[in-house]
Amino acid sequence: MDYFPYLRKEKLPHIWCSGCGDGIALKCIIRAIHNKGLDKNKIAMVSGIGCSSRTPGYVDFNTLHTTHGRAIPFATGLKMARPELTVFVVTGDGDATAIGGNHLIHAARRNIDLKVLLYNNHIYGMTGGQVSPCTPMGDYATTAPYGCLENSFDIAGLTVAAGASFVARSTVYHVKALEKLIEKAIDKEGFSLIEIMSPCPTSYGKINKKGANKNLVLAQKTQSVPVNKAKDMSPEDLKGKIVTGILADRDIPEYIKNYDMLTSQKK
Amino acid sequence: MKKVLMGNHAASQAVKLARVKMIAAYPITPQTQIVEELSEMCGSGALDAKFLKVESEHSAMASCIAASATGVRAFTATSANGLALMHELLHWAAGARLPLVMVNVNRAMAPGWNIWCDQSDSLSQRDTGWLQFYVEDNQEVLDTVLMAYAIAEKVLLPVMVCYDAFFLSHTYEPVDIPAQQEVDKWLPEHKRDFILDTNNPKSLNALVMPDLYMEMRYKLEQAHQAAIPLVNETGASFYKAFGRRYHAVEAIHCEDAEVVLVTSSSTTSPARLVIEEMRNRGIKIGLVKIRMFRPFPVEDVCRILCGKKKAVVIDRNFSFGKGGIFADEIRGALCNETHRPLVYGYIAGLGGRDITPELVREIVEEACQTKHPPSLALWKGLIK
Ligand SMILES: Cc1ncc(C[n+]2csc(CCOP(=O)(O)OP(=O)(O)O)c2C)c(N)n1
Ligand code: SF4
Repeated sequence: MDYFPYLRKEKLPHIWCSGCGDGIALKCIIRAIHNKGLDKNKIAMVSGIGCSSRTPGYVDFNTLHTTHGRAIPFATGLKMARPELTVFVVTGDGDATAIGGNHLIHAARRNIDLKVLLYNNHIYGMTGGQVSPCTPMGDYATTAPYGCLENSFDIAGLTVAAGASFVARSTVYHVKALEKLIEKAIDKEGFSLIEIMSPCPTSYGKINKKGANKNLVLAQKTQSVPVNKAKDMSPEDLKGKIVTGILADRDIPEYIKNYDMLTSQKK
Repeated sequence: MKKVLMGNHAASQAVKLARVKMIAAYPITPQTQIVEELSEMCGSGALDAKFLKVESEHSAMASCIAASATGVRAFTATSANGLALMHELLHWAAGARLPLVMVNVNRAMAPGWNIWCDQSDSLSQRDTGWLQFYVEDNQEVLDTVLMAYAIAEKVLLPVMVCYDAFFLSHTYEPVDIPAQQEVDKWLPEHKRDFILDTNNPKSLNALVMPDLYMEMRYKLEQAHQAAIPLVNETGASFYKAFGRRYHAVEAIHCEDAEVVLVTSSSTTSPARLVIEEMRNRGIKIGLVKIRMFRPFPVEDVCRILCGKKKAVVIDRNFSFGKGGIFADEIRGALCNETHRPLVYGYIAGLGGRDITPELVREIVEEACQTKHPPSLALWKGLIK
């Protein structure tokens, strides 16, 4: 397929490091949008701040690059004002679960129809490798030079618990599966989140001595366990694994639909 | 001991020397190296302090406020959007009369996103009740952080030490790091009466009715006014201990000057070159560096500038709908003086653009040749 109709050619080359997963994720997003035949002009893409959040800069949709952590509230306002648009949020683990963590759980609880593509690289990539709420305990970061002391978030689990319609997890190694999951999120009405494991060789890989850039992507193959298989595994066996696939797919009322129903009853 | 340090590490070295006990921070360029080095010091035990990597700047300030309320020295550092996010709690720290110290590396506000130098971030926190200092070089970064604790703990007000993104934060300069024993002597552990203490329980920051709120605000202002002489006294005692002298305002060759250039932060360095060179050509020009912005050193400014023909202010900041912020403060300070100079307000270097000696010279020469300053600020170096 031809990707260029979806890209702002003048913004290329992108800023991502070689070996970064973010470009692969972008490719999957474009393919899913193409497969679904969405009209470019009916798509809005909103991001916060971070390497992951640079994504909207490169795509030829209606895009908003906002402030750190606030992509979801910006997107909420946009969707309320223009419900006919398909609204994507591209965000990072720091953006969406640290400074913007509150917004993530509230949007999921509200179940507003946003398609959140959250790139989890376990670190603050853009600012040079500080510890994030998704840095695995014991791993190193520039603000955790002796190892991270805190538990890390299970982002997908958090979003399921908060009440989202659709939650899934995949990796940039599994490009085909990821593409299909994004298509599912596009079809789904309600808050959808896909946690995309996207390695950061520069800010996370180096300090954690992960070796060559490609190792991080290749490791995703061996670390991943499909959700069906994971069901029968013990927590011990699941340590260090990435459970992939659909974690929640529920038909629950969507916020804007509910809102319109309520206001039309009052009229 | 002399070391070659970037501005950010001059700040973290000062925090170590001040024996700060609690550091909470969130990363943001161009500040991050300060707290990265502090996290290393805390982890290795080189600094006996707790380091908390919180989930936002708002939480960083909240943690520092509560730590400070227990009586320990607390510290954080930020820039631009991080500082803006703290805004609510900046009022809180000052209103609660806590001697916190924060470094703000001056960076432009978004949008458009820009990580480079601009003073508008901290100047737009002008009315939060914090003391603010703007410093010129890396030695002054280290020294001012130390003096900030001394001043903060005397007047019970938080202090913000501001310096220029990249021009200082990432630039290496020789810095004299004083010995720990000497700093301990000059900046002993401080004791406050009013802290959270389980042996003497108190409830802090309770609801205040209209019958007392205004008095509390008045006391806060009195503390600001008390800080003005204190800053120069602290500078004098710092000089005795460490041999480097600092004032709220520094006047250079102002005695015989007819025109005085006014700068702050690292813009002062090219300005020093320019006025030396102009004086060598026989031009009667002086330079004023404003280190302390809050409280504003009204008396010093009037004393130095009154009787001069022109004051030419360079602002690397802007208050929309009005003008350069230092220029505006200076006009306000001078307005009731009979022999006040004409004040020329220039805007330069926003969003990290260079303020070169050539640009400074162009500004001074233009102001010298212009009979009367326009009421609006003059923007220099705009792309036509
Ligand atoms: C209020 C505020 N605080 C801090 C920053 C600095 N900052 C920019 S990106 C970032 C972290 C990004 O991490 P993440 O969201 O995980 O994205 P990644 O770069 O790893 O893709 C931070 C702390 C900012 N821009 N605004
Ligand atoms: S720093 Fe990490 S997340 Fe950012 S572009 Fe480089 S590899 Fe990707």
